Amino acid sequence: MGSGQREQFDNPVIEWVDSRLPVFTMMQREYGVFPTPRNFNYFWNFGAIAMIMLVLMIVTGIVLAMHYTADVTKSFDAVERIMREVNGGWLIRYMHMNGASFFFIAVYIHIFRGMYYGSFKKPRELLWILGVVIFLLMMATAFIGYVLPWGQMSLWGATVITNLFSAIPLVGDSIVTLLWGGFSVDNPTLTRFFALHYLLPFVIFAVVFLHVWALHVTGSNNPLGIDTKGPQDTLPFHPYYTMKDTFGVLVFLLFFVLVTFYAPNMLGHPDNYIPADPLVTPAHIVPEWYFLPFYAILRAITFDIGVPFTEIVIISAKLGGVIAMFGAIALWFVLPWLDTHPIRSARFRPLFRTFFLILVADFIFLGYIGSQSADATLFGIPLSYMGLAATAYYFIFFIAILPWLSRNEKGRDLPTSIHEAVLEQKKSKSEMSPEAAE
Amino acid sequence: MSTDNADDNSRRDFLQMTGAAFGAVGAVSFAAPLINSLNPAKDTLALATTEVDVSSIPVGEAKTVMWRGKPVFIKHRTPEEIEEARSVEISALPDKQADEERVQKPEWLVVIGICTHLGCVPTGQKQSDAHGDYDGWFCPCHGSHYDTSARIRKGPAPKNLQVPPYEFISDTVIKIG
Repeated sequence: MGSGQREQFDNPVIEWVDSRLPVFTMMQREYGVFPTPRNFNYFWNFGAIAMIMLVLMIVTGIVLAMHYTADVTKSFDAVERIMREVNGGWLIRYMHMNGASFFFIAVYIHIFRGMYYGSFKKPRELLWILGVVIFLLMMATAFIGYVLPWGQMSLWGATVITNLFSAIPLVGDSIVTLLWGGFSVDNPTLTRFFALHYLLPFVIFAVVFLHVWALHVTGSNNPLGIDTKGPQDTLPFHPYYTMKDTFGVLVFLLFFVLVTFYAPNMLGHPDNYIPADPLVTPAHIVPEWYFLPFYAILRAITFDIGVPFTEIVIISAKLGGVIAMFGAIALWFVLPWLDTHPIRSARFRPLFRTFFLILVADFIFLGYIGSQSADATLFGIPLSYMGLAATAYYFIFFIAILPWLSRNEKGRDLPTSIHEAVLEQKKSKSEMSPEAAE
Repeated sequence: MSTDNADDNSRRDFLQMTGAAFGAVGAVSFAAPLINSLNPAKDTLALATTEVDVSSIPVGEAKTVMWRGKPVFIKHRTPEEIEEARSVEISALPDKQADEERVQKPEWLVVIGICTHLGCVPTGQKQSDAHGDYDGWFCPCHGSHYDTSARIRKGPAPKNLQVPPYEFISDTVIKIG
């Protein structure tokens, strides 16, 4: 940044600024002529979509904060006041509420796209790790944000999740007291959560900047997973991908707007419209939908791990669940070293592709299990058994299947270059169409 | 000349390492009070004891009081309930504890009313509530049954309801905390 050749601009004002701080040169280089693989499909829209959602969350959030009070006696009413009295407050809050869900939808698609096409592989390991950091920060931000309206689900969700830390041996209880600033989730907890909820989005923004910076060092991956070899393989980012991203963003926002206007509470829980009451627990405590797969992994561990035939417990069920849940995400950090197969894209790895699609189904199924009560059954089988099986597949996939496939999967022949593959696809399409017309 | 240089270098290394070490100590001592400020404040700690007059609770009835933001169950047990709690084979319990270890006076049971599974508040404080299979408390969230000593007997909860620190400061007043 700032080094190297500067572009020349005709506009004297731009030229004056750029010769002192070359921001226009940077924009031109990174977003104007930036060489981008010519064969992106629509899965490559979700980075830009996630970026737009982050901006939307920050903008609506700042306005909401102007009307909000962090105090256990006032917060619930403050949010209801936003809904009923503040001009357009219902719209701003519903955008923020559903914006969180749609942010996660975009990011989940973005993450699984990266896994499917091998975008995390060399030389993009650090880019991937920064992405996992962003995801963790998003989870923390979303979780504490859900506490702020101080409804029943806010209080009890926070109670259950912060209690997880009490499973840590020796220091667990002190950590929980430190998190709470008291002996239960109460006013000190709410005020610090509000402070953090305002801070963390800007931390996310900073890490997103690093994420994009790292992306622009290595360049984008593409659906074929092979490197670009020259200008014949790429297109300038503008106008080709600025337009494609804009189109993708608009389609995505269409769904967002539909939910925001016509089903704004579809993804929430009615219990959160009851003021928080430390004496009454909701019958069924459920986290927001985007945490459900990990919540299911947490609950899947219902057995102590200890020395057989004695009563010595090494890892209690509670601690085991917590380790499994955090481990499920921690595995993503080391994914580039678990899947070391030289072929990136799943298109040329039929075995990986099959196992990966099972993983996606497994992850969604875990989400379903997480949404059900702990003693629920499906087809007469206790859901807790299925949760354990689904959790087992999740871990086996990352720890055993990926390293095994890395060594043993042969894979299909890769095309020699992106532009040849694109031209071939075009040719076969134009050959197909007259036949189809007959 | 060369020995001078080597001497200079090791001095410089020493200064750099000392500087870094003092910097690290400084950073930690700056962070410590900030993090410690997040621990319970003095007024929060001051609320950490609650005094309860139990003379108004008739035999067989219970009362819920707040202590540290949590519900505490105070149960005036009947002789039958005490008998039921004490006649159990200890080795058959999931969380092995004799009733005698859980009470100071047999007729008064004082426990924190938070299910040890996922933190719900069990029912059973009123006569009309569900008391579970063991005549004590029942957690509606995931079906944990507690007996008349508030010990876990059936269901997913791992531990008995916790007994808070408390003392009788007179025959009828309990100080919790």
